[in-house]
Amino acid sequence: MEYFIQQLINGLTLGSIYGLVAIGYTMVYGIIGMINFAHGDIFMLGGFAALIIFLILTSFFAGIPVALLLLVMLLVGMLMTGLWNWTIERVAYRPLRGSFRLAPLITAIGMSIVLSNFIQVTQGPRNKPIPPLVTDVYHLGNITISLKQILIVVITSVLLFAFWYIVNKTPLGRAQRATEQDRKMAALLGVDVDRTISITFIMGAALAAVAGTMYLMYYGVAGFNDGFIPGVKAFTAAVLGGIGSLPGAVLGGLLIGLIESLWSAYFSIAYKDVATFAILAIVLIFKPTGILGRPEVEKV
Amino acid sequence: MAYTAENNSSSLMAKAVKEGIFAGVIAFGMFLLFVGIETYQDINNQLTWRTRWGLLAVFVAVAAIGRFLTVGFIKPHLDKRKLAKAKSGVLDISTDKSFFHRNFLKIALLFLLCYPFLAMLIFGRQGSLKYVDNFGIQILIYVMLAWGLNIVVGLAGLLDLGYVAFYAVGAYSYALLSANFGFSFWLLLPMAGILAGFWGIILGFPVLRLRGDYLAIVTLAFGEIIRLVLINWTDVTRGTFGISGIAKASFFGIWSFDVGAANNFNKAWGLPSSSVYYKIFLFYVILALCLITAYVTIRLRRMPIGRAWEALREDEIACRSLGINTVTTKLTAFATGAMFGGFAGSFFAARQGFVSPESFVFLESAVILAIVVLGGMGSLTGIAIAAVVMVGGTELLREMEFLKHVFGPDFTPELYRMLLFGLAMIIVMLFKPRGFVGTREPTAFLKERKAVSGSFTKEGHG
Repeated sequence: MEYFIQQLINGLTLGSIYGLVAIGYTMVYGIIGMINFAHGDIFMLGGFAALIIFLILTSFFAGIPVALLLLVMLLVGMLMTGLWNWTIERVAYRPLRGSFRLAPLITAIGMSIVLSNFIQVTQGPRNKPIPPLVTDVYHLGNITISLKQILIVVITSVLLFAFWYIVNKTPLGRAQRATEQDRKMAALLGVDVDRTISITFIMGAALAAVAGTMYLMYYGVAGFNDGFIPGVKAFTAAVLGGIGSLPGAVLGGLLIGLIESLWSAYFSIAYKDVATFAILAIVLIFKPTGILGRPEVEKV
Repeated sequence: MAYTAENNSSSLMAKAVKEGIFAGVIAFGMFLLFVGIETYQDINNQLTWRTRWGLLAVFVAVAAIGRFLTVGFIKPHLDKRKLAKAKSGVLDISTDKSFFHRNFLKIALLFLLCYPFLAMLIFGRQGSLKYVDNFGIQILIYVMLAWGLNIVVGLAGLLDLGYVAFYAVGAYSYALLSANFGFSFWLLLPMAGILAGFWGIILGFPVLRLRGDYLAIVTLAFGEIIRLVLINWTDVTRGTFGISGIAKASFFGIWSFDVGAANNFNKAWGLPSSSVYYKIFLFYVILALCLITAYVTIRLRRMPIGRAWEALREDEIACRSLGINTVTTKLTAFATGAMFGGFAGSFFAARQGFVSPESFVFLESAVILAIVVLGGMGSLTGIAIAAVVMVGGTELLREMEFLKHVFGPDFTPELYRMLLFGLAMIIVMLFKPRGFVGTREPTAFLKERKAVSGSFTKEGHG
């Protein structure tokens, strides 16, 4: 039982990270109906930005408090990836809006290749390890909870609440939901659609940067290729939860995290990704629009 | 047009300067951390950093000047041309095409048939190896894969992001069956195709109800599952080490290309011993396979099943209400596409002599899909052109030794191969969203077959 709870905690931590990335996928999909394949690499960029900030700060201020360090890493990472995603949307996606469906998908895949290879070329192909940031560990009976796990879950929850507030209670959120429902009508009613879409990309990227920073903190390593597998899993989470639905993305992320850690614990680590993908396929067979997704009504 | 040209151009310049500076500032922000700072492991294996302000300045300058030139000169020029075209009122459709244009396919086929011998004539026996193998065979493998995927994506409109799985099934079928049972290439080639086709059906069944992006993610997941199984099922596949020493293809069992064999091809024909003859043979094999793929695709399009695929792509609901069985239609599309992937895979294994899961990553699926879309979905010629441009272009980059003299001896052009490939994908899509060949041959027509714009064909919703 204790072992099970331990795995539950691990899965929850991992699931929070996937959930944060999945929100970026699902929001972009909801608002312009495209799979932003480069989102996983935005997540990787966020991790790298945090890593570089960490190196700079620790070399200038040796005894910097960890809380401040983390805060700066998060903020700079969010700013950085926000800028990147804004530019990417402007350069690679906006000119193709209204073009046929596969065109932005191809530029997104191209962007993903460009981003990971850009980091490989500028920062080198080797994985970059950093010393552990947060090392405190708590024991509850036989269950171990590390402070970084608590941090990850708390930061995710706070961000999710902030996010829910923005989408549901602010004028910006209203503009986003309007654009999502009907872009043309929203534009006619005075919503600046271009600006709303840009902000959506920035918000998604900021969440991905937070996830990237926490991934770096959790595993202590960053590599140029780190965007792909978490990116695919987050996208899987978004689809599993029902793409376009925000609570669905979080639910999907948590599910994927739980499946992964439980499968590794009870069956085999080698096949944990196979299990994740197989469960995705099975869920979609019985519920083709994901768990919380609205069925698409087609008018003839 | 009331305002004077002078006033217009000075305001344009002001705008260009403003946009240029803005782009520079954005680029500075974007590249500050990733280009301006380099992280590296020092002698103690400790991660540290150093600055690269010079390189950062170059990036910022390129962004600023590039934006300035685009806004100030290139865009007005393009707009003017567009305006002139619109004003003339007559659409520019030239009916008398040039000789080259009319006979493009015949010329291309003739060139391909002569290609290995031309390469040998120009570059000598050993020198031509590179051109036949790296360019000829490599490009033709991608042409075949892209034509195979074209059946699924271009004709049936089912978005498949895991096509490389069938390529892997074909390659491993050949590698394993030839290593364990000693079957020959010519027996295993059709077998690999059939096995891959079965896998196409196995994948097809669960995804029948899925549409659009749900279909995309499940096919992607399927591709990853196959790769992960290949990595982890070490008893059979030897995991990441891969399978080496795969048997070569023989000349239809008559002559062998193994050096020690009694019926060695080179000995039998009194040729000097060189691997180039094997490569030339392989070149013709893959050329034949490509032509078969093209022929089958063209013929199928005129058969009921091909028409059903295209109808499915245009409108699934209409399709069903007219009595087309969408289940079998989708499954045959998956199976046919997968079968060609399997053929290409078994050829790949025979040519390489080595297969490992490394060759079947998602990136390969993405590259094949990119070739299909960049070529203009559904257009065989366009896809072939896209394969030549994209694959040939990146292969060419390996050859650019002279760049070392420009950028210094540390410069390795190969490192930039995928970076440039990705950039090319984006740039081509931005300028030609409908692909290289923007016209389609209609399947059904009245009186005569006329090319229609690619924007009239739908891309399907899976």
